Amino acid sequence: MRMALVIAAACAVALPLVVTSDFWLGFCITVMLSTLMGAAWNVLGGYGGQVSFGHAAYFGAGAYTAALLGMKLGVNACVALALAGAAAGLVGLLTGYLSFRYGLRGSYFALVTLAFAEVLRILAGAVDWSGGGVGLYVPLHVGAANLQFASKAGYYYVALALGAGALLVGWAIQRSRLGAWLVAIRENEDAARALGVHTFACKLKAITISAALTGLGGAFYADYYLYIDPGIAFGPGVSVEILLAPIIGGLGTVWGPFVGAIALQGAGELGRRLLGDAPGLSLVFYGVLLVVMVKFRPDGLIGLFGRFARQRPAHA
Amino acid sequence: MLEVRDLTRRFGGLLAVSGVSLSVASGEIVALIGPNGAGKTTLFAMISGFVTPDTGTVRFEGRDITGMAPHEICRLGLARTFQIAQPFGRLSVRENIAVGAHLRIADRQDALRRAEAVARQLGMERLLDQPAAALTVAGRKRLEVARALATGPRLLLLDEVMAGLNPTELAEIVPVLRAIRDAGVTILLIEHVMQAVVSLAERVYVLNQGRMIAEGPPAQIATTSAVVEAYLGQGAAQRLGGRAVAGAVP
Repeated sequence: MRMALVIAAACAVALPLVVTSDFWLGFCITVMLSTLMGAAWNVLGGYGGQVSFGHAAYFGAGAYTAALLGMKLGVNACVALALAGAAAGLVGLLTGYLSFRYGLRGSYFALVTLAFAEVLRILAGAVDWSGGGVGLYVPLHVGAANLQFASKAGYYYVALALGAGALLVGWAIQRSRLGAWLVAIRENEDAARALGVHTFACKLKAITISAALTGLGGAFYADYYLYIDPGIAFGPGVSVEILLAPIIGGLGTVWGPFVGAIALQGAGELGRRLLGDAPGLSLVFYGVLLVVMVKFRPDGLIGLFGRFARQRPAHA
Repeated sequence: MLEVRDLTRRFGGLLAVSGVSLSVASGEIVALIGPNGAGKTTLFAMISGFVTPDTGTVRFEGRDITGMAPHEICRLGLARTFQIAQPFGRLSVRENIAVGAHLRIADRQDALRRAEAVARQLGMERLLDQPAAALTVAGRKRLEVARALATGPRLLLLDEVMAGLNPTELAEIVPVLRAIRDAGVTILLIEHVMQAVVSLAERVYVLNQGRMIAEGPPAQIATTSAVVEAYLGQGAAQRLGGRAVAGAVP
């Protein structure tokens, strides 16, 4: 296992030497960004079972924080990235407090997160200093310190670091007491409370970590695509895309978000090739994918591997 | 160790528990019996913090715990099980018990090791890697006890952990519970299986329609007319006449 990890890491680092086409590097960047935010969502939704339909709130908070800090105050991009994570974490803590304090669970929690994201989307469009409905054009100043690069390889390494870092956070949570408590809350909240689990505190920690990581994704998005507007940053499409990767890959698993990100972005790219890029088509596609996965593979694609792994000794 | 005073809880028009008091001394096994709907589980829920009493107080080891949150009460050393077992279905037995162990143990590996020790204590070591959802009723009940025990309590509230068990399973669990008490954990249990109550409990409280109607050693309780009537209907004690009472008096 450790050997496989080292090889995978080496391949990931060496990838830009082999893959030189902008298209495929761009694809890998998208996969890593999707991995980052999928792993972030997985902390709250996969381990904790608190399904959020509004992670765009944290993505957008990170994107706008990073863009505004850089443009208005001239803050260094690396510092802005960290602050974007912190700001998104704060938004997570606040929305989490409001939702969990009043005991919202299941679909009620999902709906209130969706509402928070929508409120932020409308606010971002209504306020002048955030660029209003026009959005923000992030100026391009190529340089590693600005997290802006002449070639896609540079962006790839930043995305790789963020994605791998998020997977690492997931791994650490899975083997921690917080992780065990989150899973207990997911499986049966009352039983968890009876065993001394402070469910409110655990859920707040989870949503704060989850939101902060998602905010890093938003900040990277702004630095990479150089343009954000309220719909891109806070729209429901973002929320759906974030939750799809871990659901497709495997909820509450370390590698699920990564496997899901590859499958999701791969299928998305294929869909665009075959069907063109009509507006809204991707959402239809996401919907179909989600229904199929939840109906036929609730364990996600990872569950497939798990099944083969378990069967192997029996055949041998 | 546990002092319950005048607890009352009303659900709408239903007076579920009314002015109930009971006490449990350290090292005892005390049973709480009563017909269905008597308010036993509501009383447990109030002691463990899941339901806030309208009036009355609960004191645990001298400390007023009335209205505290369940996880705080558990942290103080008072753990409960659920009448309808509430396993973490997709987790293994080991992981289930480890959730309880984590209350006092931060490290994951240490908690998993502690879970194994508790499982051995309850004779579940062969089931450690099974998913909890695959357990039999008897297994689930035992898992409830194991998880609660893993939190390191000084007082265990057991809600019908013997209901639905067959005679063999019953014969297995009675000594297990006694061993838990002998290891220093006081036990208050709700139970319908009178055979188990008589063999385990030193004292019995009887709850009927939200009120405590009797208290005493098991042998004496079985012959109290108020208790017989609570189960069999008014006048039953008289109709059975001297027989039930005479049979019990040596």
